[in-house]
Amino acid sequence: MAVYKRPATLKKNPSGFCPGCMHSLSTKIIAEVVDEMGQKDNCLHIVPVGCSTLNLVYWQGDILGAAHGRAPAVATGFKRTNPERLVFAYQGDGDLAAIGLAEIMGAANRGENFTVIFFNNQTYGMTGGQMAPTTLIGQKTTTTRYGRDAETTGYPMKMCELLATLEAPAFVARYALNTPKGVMEAKKAIRKGFEIQMAGKGFSFIELLGNCPTNWGMTPLQTLEYMESNTIPYFKPGVYKDKYKDEVK
Amino acid sequence: MIELNVMLCKGCSYCIKFCPKKILELGTDRNKFGHFYPHLTDEAKCISCGICATICPEGAIELPEKEKEEQ
Repeated sequence: MAVYKRPATLKKNPSGFCPGCMHSLSTKIIAEVVDEMGQKDNCLHIVPVGCSTLNLVYWQGDILGAAHGRAPAVATGFKRTNPERLVFAYQGDGDLAAIGLAEIMGAANRGENFTVIFFNNQTYGMTGGQMAPTTLIGQKTTTTRYGRDAETTGYPMKMCELLATLEAPAFVARYALNTPKGVMEAKKAIRKGFEIQMAGKGFSFIELLGNCPTNWGMTPLQTLEYMESNTIPYFKPGVYKDKYKDEVK
Repeated sequence: MIELNVMLCKGCSYCIKFCPKKILELGTDRNKFGHFYPHLTDEAKCISCGICATICPEGAIELPEKEKEEQ
């Protein structure tokens, strides 16, 4: 047995993501967790619109495409009819925090028994780097060419803090993927989310802070420093809500 | 020791940045897709910590089982 092996839940071809993109990193750690839990044939991956759709040709297992932002709605229907399956939606920030805001808030408020993994790279990656609701103040995108201005476009939306105020969600956490430590913590959080779901305890939400080297106009290594100095001070990593903290699993 | 699947590598250099022994280096060869890929400069110094495998976005780095030393 190998010490570390590429997860079997990923296909053998390279991903469709750009070099250095953390979408493939987060997909990899989700696949590792699915493999470790032995849920490869039992899980359903729901992809909405955005760069996360590229998982359609990368994920080895059941996968379902949803309309833009409506992954939590599709997951609700699927999970209610197939309660034994491991269901998770993997959404980007343009998809979840802008167009699908109503669906995520509704699903979280109902405490639906599935997991949402939210990949936050502060931009619309697939359509060419437009401003997303999570874009940082002063960050340059193709639609905020002089940097995001709070007066006209508001402030970056903190989804974890927003969802943690609701009564129903069981687990809400945020981790950054720019260091190996963050990757390991994120993997642990994803595992916890999946375990909560399989125990039927309710809604879990894990936000992963990532990058977009292509649309940020940086090299992959520069994005790591940018995340450390700009993204992480604003979007603070940590556990925001944990209903079953004291319960021993 | 690590094993790199050259065809999956996209040359992002995360493994080079986080290698604690600083023994990974980007080479001058390219793979089929035109990406440069790293190689070990000193194989004997690799401690098989797996940090490069953890941070690799593509899962291109694997750690096979350690071969038993011949006595």
